[in-house]
Amino acid sequence: MSDVQTTAAPPEFADATRDDTALRRFLHGLPGVDQVGVEQRAAGLATRSIKKDSKLWAIDTAISMVDLTTLEGADTEGKVRSLCAKARRPDPDFPDVPQVGAVCVYPDMVATAVKALDGADIGIASVATAFPSGRSSLSIKLEDTRMAVEAGATEIDMVIDRGAFLSGKYMRVFEEIRAVKAACGSAHLKVILETGELATYDNVRRASWLALLAGGDFIKTSTGKVSPAATLPVTHVMLQAVHDWHAATGEHRGVKPAGGIRTTKDAIRYLVAVHEVAGPAWLDPHLFRFGASSLLNDLLMQRRTQLAGHYSGPDYVTVD
Amino acid sequence: MSDRLTVSKTYKLYLGGAFPRSESGRTYPVTDARGRFLANAAQASRKDVREAVVAARAAFGKWSRATAYNRGQVLYRVAEMLEGRREQFCAEVAAGEGVPAKRAAALVDAAIDRWVWYAGWTDKVATVLGAANPVAGPYFSFSLPEPTGVVGVLAPQGSSLLGLVSVLAPVIATGNTAVVVTSQDRPLPAVTLAEVLATSDVPGGVVNVLTGHTAELAPWLAAHADVNAVDLVGAPQELRAELERAAAGSVKRVLRSAEPDWTAEPGITRLRAFLETKTVWHPMGV
Amino acid sequence: MTWDYAPAPESRAIANLKPSYRMFLDGQFVEGGGEPLKSVNPATEEVLAEVSTASAADVDRAVKAARRAYDKVWGRMPGAERAKYIYRIARMIAERARELAVLESLDNGKPIKESRDVDVPTASAHFFYHAGWADKLDYAGYGPGPRPLGVAGQVIPWNFPLLMAAWKIAPALACGNTVVLKPAETTPLTALVLAEIIQQAELPPGVVNILPGAGDVGAELVNHPGVDKVAFTGSTEVGKVIQRSLAGTGKKLTLELGGKAANVVFDDAPLDQAVEGIVNGIFFNQGHVCCAGSRLLVQESVADELLAKLRTRVSTLRVGDPLDKNTDVGAINSGEQLARIKELVASGESEGAERWTSPCPVPEKGYFFAPTVFANVSQAMRIAREEIFGPVLSVLTFRTPDEAVAKANNTPYGLSAGIWTEKGSRILWMADRMRAGVVWANTFNRFDPTAPFGGYQESGFGREGGRAGLEAYLDV
Repeated sequence: MSDVQTTAAPPEFADATRDDTALRRFLHGLPGVDQVGVEQRAAGLATRSIKKDSKLWAIDTAISMVDLTTLEGADTEGKVRSLCAKARRPDPDFPDVPQVGAVCVYPDMVATAVKALDGADIGIASVATAFPSGRSSLSIKLEDTRMAVEAGATEIDMVIDRGAFLSGKYMRVFEEIRAVKAACGSAHLKVILETGELATYDNVRRASWLALLAGGDFIKTSTGKVSPAATLPVTHVMLQAVHDWHAATGEHRGVKPAGGIRTTKDAIRYLVAVHEVAGPAWLDPHLFRFGASSLLNDLLMQRRTQLAGHYSGPDYVTVD
Repeated sequence: MSDRLTVSKTYKLYLGGAFPRSESGRTYPVTDARGRFLANAAQASRKDVREAVVAARAAFGKWSRATAYNRGQVLYRVAEMLEGRREQFCAEVAAGEGVPAKRAAALVDAAIDRWVWYAGWTDKVATVLGAANPVAGPYFSFSLPEPTGVVGVLAPQGSSLLGLVSVLAPVIATGNTAVVVTSQDRPLPAVTLAEVLATSDVPGGVVNVLTGHTAELAPWLAAHADVNAVDLVGAPQELRAELERAAAGSVKRVLRSAEPDWTAEPGITRLRAFLETKTVWHPMGV
Repeated sequence: MTWDYAPAPESRAIANLKPSYRMFLDGQFVEGGGEPLKSVNPATEEVLAEVSTASAADVDRAVKAARRAYDKVWGRMPGAERAKYIYRIARMIAERARELAVLESLDNGKPIKESRDVDVPTASAHFFYHAGWADKLDYAGYGPGPRPLGVAGQVIPWNFPLLMAAWKIAPALACGNTVVLKPAETTPLTALVLAEIIQQAELPPGVVNILPGAGDVGAELVNHPGVDKVAFTGSTEVGKVIQRSLAGTGKKLTLELGGKAANVVFDDAPLDQAVEGIVNGIFFNQGHVCCAGSRLLVQESVADELLAKLRTRVSTLRVGDPLDKNTDVGAINSGEQLARIKELVASGESEGAERWTSPCPVPEKGYFFAPTVFANVSQAMRIAREEIFGPVLSVLTFRTPDEAVAKANNTPYGLSAGIWTEKGSRILWMADRMRAGVVWANTFNRFDPTAPFGGYQESGFGREGGRAGLEAYLDV
């Protein structure tokens, strides 16, 4: 993710983050999002029919965008090691399958992942900041972040303080993101909005802009621990935000839907949205990721189907 | 019996709330049913039609957006004022239509009651004709009746007051404005009605009353591009097809039903005739 | 990085296209006495099928058959029985939905995703909705025992061939009338498959007759003395001719004519959804929609931002093979229509509007026109006043709500209007002032059988759909 360099709050928006009032005014001045309209648009785009070569391309692209994730209380070093093996060679029978974008683990597993991925050009993402609830003090969150970065994480997936956001304390959320960003050093920051708790698309748009203003390299839908997790229309709103951000600043920022994306069909629908809402430039693992675990195997199965011309089965892809 | 000479009235047009003579300067004699001279009426011209349409259009915005409650009160006020001048109308109807005094009184009473009937409809017609449309999707859709606009009314030739009121009241009850061409030979109650309207809080221009020759005025009214609808009930039979053709030039709504029994309960057909249905959609979301 | 979607065409075989189609008269498919017409696929300019057309004598036979069916069967059948026939039609359309959708796209040129997701399901829904009215007319608010009118002569356009047939036939049958319908010259095929469905649904012969042909057949039909009711959807010009020709006949008439709808965007609109609504408003069905949002009125303070977003979005529209499931904008229905669009676009350029056309690839063969947006349009230009009936949007600006209303209403038409603002009271204020029969607020081009549709002023009179739509087919 080296080609994305984020500087917080570009001059265009310096005024917006001057103080609490200015920030609130800015976020509430963003155009509203009509629920029915955005859901209809998402449903309409979801009817795109992606076949043949374009499907194979989509599958490979999606594989390269997977943040292969394990975020369980029961995670062990063994589990993380096998995840990393999968990340390196997703389908042992087909060495031309691209590697995934990153693995995503808890901070205490970062060191294990670093070791397992030694020499591979695969990102090591760690959730941090008292994931998933984010309910801890700022100092703990920063410490959590530093721990992951020091262990070798190249990407940090932080959660925002949804309580603060929902109670209108936007500056607090903003400053927290800024602080975490600073703690990241050279690691890239993905800001998890936890859209399932934000309740409205208006809030999703505001939170997206808040995260972009604060310097998030990516905006990410969900922790995966709250339902609903990623949805197409929510992702549409976020893709529109990065598109608009680019139009205003010239900077590319990324989007990561996470949670609930399990099938190739789902993944392709997301890619169509990336293509047509944000734009073709975002069809790039540096700018779009899937936070997923079981998705990868479905992609691999569909890839085999595409190549073989007949349907494959779950026994032909590895379960890690 | 007094030997005092009565002051007789000059019957004029009613345009935009004022009572002008015809711009043409013409008048024509009006007689009673037996041919005795009653008065001279203004003989309106096509330019008077034009002025009347301008006045009706100017009045449309405010009248159509007045609250239904307000319009109901205004129409009821017309009934009140008509009641107050009952004797005058009885005399004019008796003379013009050649009916006995008792019959004339019954017709006038029915005309008064008709205003009351339509006064009560103003704030019910949307409830009866409107709808919430249960569309298959996340939308609230509703339909409301709205006034068509400026309505040209060729008033019945025979029933000079009750017929006139029966065709005029439903037009304005729903917020349209009207240009009325009165009964050609029995125009006097219409002019007197105009005086009632002028003193009943009916805003100027909402009703415009033209006396004159129907065959001369009707084609101009039917063809006028700023008239949205016409009621042909008082049109001479031989003119009807021509008027309908003229109306097609701007896709007017044309009410061409045969003349009913004006004393019967009118129903809402005439209310419906000059209403548009507007359907509004809005998504339902958070 | 480029990602080209591979072609994803719906199979043409599903359409069961036949080399020739015959008209449907008195329950039978028969040859017509008119010169057969060739229905052309506008996407390829190839002839799809030969279709027999009606002669004056055929029209006479059809009207007489409809009269017999009205007098002897349909007019006196209990509503509950009529209902069941109409329900059958609804169901059978749904059963053959994919076939009808593909055939519609072949014959009309509209994208399969629209024929599949809008035209055909809505047609089925229209029959289903009206079926239910057949035995409930006493409750429709027109007094007890409302009577049908008799024989309805119906003439429909080419932009929604099957759907318009449904809009016409369903309420007519529900109210107890019988029908002679003339589909458009360039798009007769799905109406004739509908005739097959009507035959399979065992409607009594003569209740529905479908006679293809050109305008002369339509004129013959609406002027036939045996017709009691005329319903026409099409251009305002032809509507006026019909209204004129029916003068003095006593026939009941409803007209659904042209439009030049204003789509009004305020500075507090949900901009991204407004963009969607604008796109849907003018590029849906290639803009061949009488209620298309062909005049965009945008508040000056957001005009630049909105137009930038609009151009970006319009650039993503995929123009091409109507049968491709990923096609957003299909073929213009005929060479004649394409010529008219080009002529009006040229007038826009010569009158000084600023033209922008999507850089999307356009097929070389067939009748296609790339989505086009004119900025700096003034009310006086032809492209702001005349119905283009194509994928061409004219953009005007306004400063205040009053100005928006004045410009929106400044047209002899009055079919539809759009309003985009997040302020509820402003929506209602605007909706109240728009002289249009359908007002879409924060949405556009929504249709439903329960929601009355129809115009003010020169957009016609009478409504289709809902309780209000029944009036057109009842003697009330």
